[in-house]
Amino acid sequence: MGFISFLLKRILGLVPTFFGITLISFFVMHLAPGEPMSLQADFNPKMTPEMRQRLRAQYGLDKPLYVQYAKWLKGLVHLDLGRSFSPDRRKVWDKISERLPVTILINFLSMLLILAVSIPLGVRAAVRENSLFDQVTTVLVFLAYAAPAFWVALLLMLLFGIEWNLLPVSGLHSLMGYDQMGLFEKVLDWSKHLILPVFVSAIGGLAGFSRYTRSSMLEVLRQDYITTARAKGLPERVVIYRHALRNALLPFITILGLSIPGLIGGSVIFESIFAIPGVGQLMWSAVMARDYPVLMGNLVIVAILTLLGNLLADVGYAAVDPRIRTGLQEQE
Amino acid sequence: METALSSTPIREGKRWQKTMLELCSNPLTLSGLVIVGILVFTAIFAPVLAPYDPQRIDTYHILEAPSSAHLLGTDGLGRDCLSRLIFGARISLLVGFVAVGIATAVGTVLGALAGYYGKWVDSVIMRFVDIMLCFPTIFLIMAVIAFLEPSIWNIMIVIGLTGWMGVARLVRAEFLSLKKRDFVLASRICGASDLQIVFGEILPNAIAPILVSATLGVGGAILTESALSFLGIGVQPPTPSWGNMLTEGKDNLEIAWWLSVFPGLAILVTVLGYNLLGEGLRDFFDPRKKR
Repeated sequence: MGFISFLLKRILGLVPTFFGITLISFFVMHLAPGEPMSLQADFNPKMTPEMRQRLRAQYGLDKPLYVQYAKWLKGLVHLDLGRSFSPDRRKVWDKISERLPVTILINFLSMLLILAVSIPLGVRAAVRENSLFDQVTTVLVFLAYAAPAFWVALLLMLLFGIEWNLLPVSGLHSLMGYDQMGLFEKVLDWSKHLILPVFVSAIGGLAGFSRYTRSSMLEVLRQDYITTARAKGLPERVVIYRHALRNALLPFITILGLSIPGLIGGSVIFESIFAIPGVGQLMWSAVMARDYPVLMGNLVIVAILTLLGNLLADVGYAAVDPRIRTGLQEQE
Repeated sequence: METALSSTPIREGKRWQKTMLELCSNPLTLSGLVIVGILVFTAIFAPVLAPYDPQRIDTYHILEAPSSAHLLGTDGLGRDCLSRLIFGARISLLVGFVAVGIATAVGTVLGALAGYYGKWVDSVIMRFVDIMLCFPTIFLIMAVIAFLEPSIWNIMIVIGLTGWMGVARLVRAEFLSLKKRDFVLASRICGASDLQIVFGEILPNAIAPILVSATLGVGGAILTESALSFLGIGVQPPTPSWGNMLTEGKDNLEIAWWLSVFPGLAILVTVLGYNLLGEGLRDFFDPRKKR
């Protein structure tokens, strides 16, 4: 099976998952006690049964469920997710799309940080199994696993923001004098604001990926071909980084894909703590305001992004590992 | 291999003792056990242990730093933080057990169905798992919570219903490998029904990995609850939970560090305890790590 047919098969396989995502989102939307518009109606003391009926008709809520679903799905394909319940009545897609880049930027940076730190850490810990270095990293990993990210964020704000006054603790850039800054100063200002959020969103991943690298490396280092490489006198550096690491990191691509929802989910927490105008903050404020259209729009858009991320990971894996696309490797 | 003889009552008691001894011989597992034990003890005896009523407002002693009268200080309403922390242990214990209980039950049933029946049942269930895994859990929870009253019960149910996918995959894999074994075949020949085979023959043999993943899941459930409570959509004040105590810590970050430090520390230690216990159990059940 060639690469192209593998790709086509994978994309076709996404279709049912896509419909599943939209079905679940639609189902959640209809969990609302009453219906999505009942909140608006309940707040209006002058609402009469006839008006309510007219509103239902206007929102299409008097139609059977499958008709409503088809209509909603049609809207989704055209990126028409309805209008927000909030007083500005803006389009949901506009609200989401203006916030997506920030969330993606931060998650991308934290992913880079995770890879840059956890891989060398895991490799070192595996190479020197049971050394002091290994034990210290293991302890750190356990602590990072157990620490609530928002608490770490609070502590960092307390130390860096308040106690030592080194870093800004909210927003994406300074409010005062930002317009007068030159390009370099603007970038510097952004970076200073992003250090803490990026670090906080990376903590869980740092722990998980270093642990994963370590165990994966340990597994690979026991294999025969490593012994062979050493026996033929290759320098240890080459054995570790060229022969072992490459194979140890293969499954990483899949795990990267799988960790996307967790990362985006985490953005709810750090965006609300650091007052960053991203999708997570939008989600949070939508929950607080019971802004159902925004809530559902967010849910379905993020899930579809995750789906695409997973596809990318699968394709990447197949590109580096021929066993996958030729179907030689047994499915888990 | 265990023989039928070994399950006489006397041997059973001895085996249990031996198991406990072996478990406790690993210092990490032991410390996990001790931490979880302390949590359970604190939660049960909270009214006896707490020096003050956790909800008593004392306007003369607002935001006091830790002192001999209030070991961990007081909050913005003059309530004793130590007492609130102690009562908060109840929430954590409850959330851990109920949410993970739900997740494990749902995951086990779906995973068993998929693994045992295979074919289209398997495809449908596993596709459902894939779909659920596309949603960031916290987004899904928030969307559902927005429609419900944010109460502790709703939180636990929603956390449970969004956290079963890992267990389902695990149980499915166990069933796939176990259902082809001879003892399953033997009981089928003896005329056992599907239900008897699934629950009587296969499931008991898959208990160990389920137990490990449940123990490790408790920490995750506690973290999720605390994050939701911190965001104001979980356990609602005045009921003290470690998460909603931290919300107050955030609001008073500049003037009262103790409000932020101690509840988070409590979460950290508790989750650490469950994780250590879970890892210990995993090593204990792993035949490759036995001498």
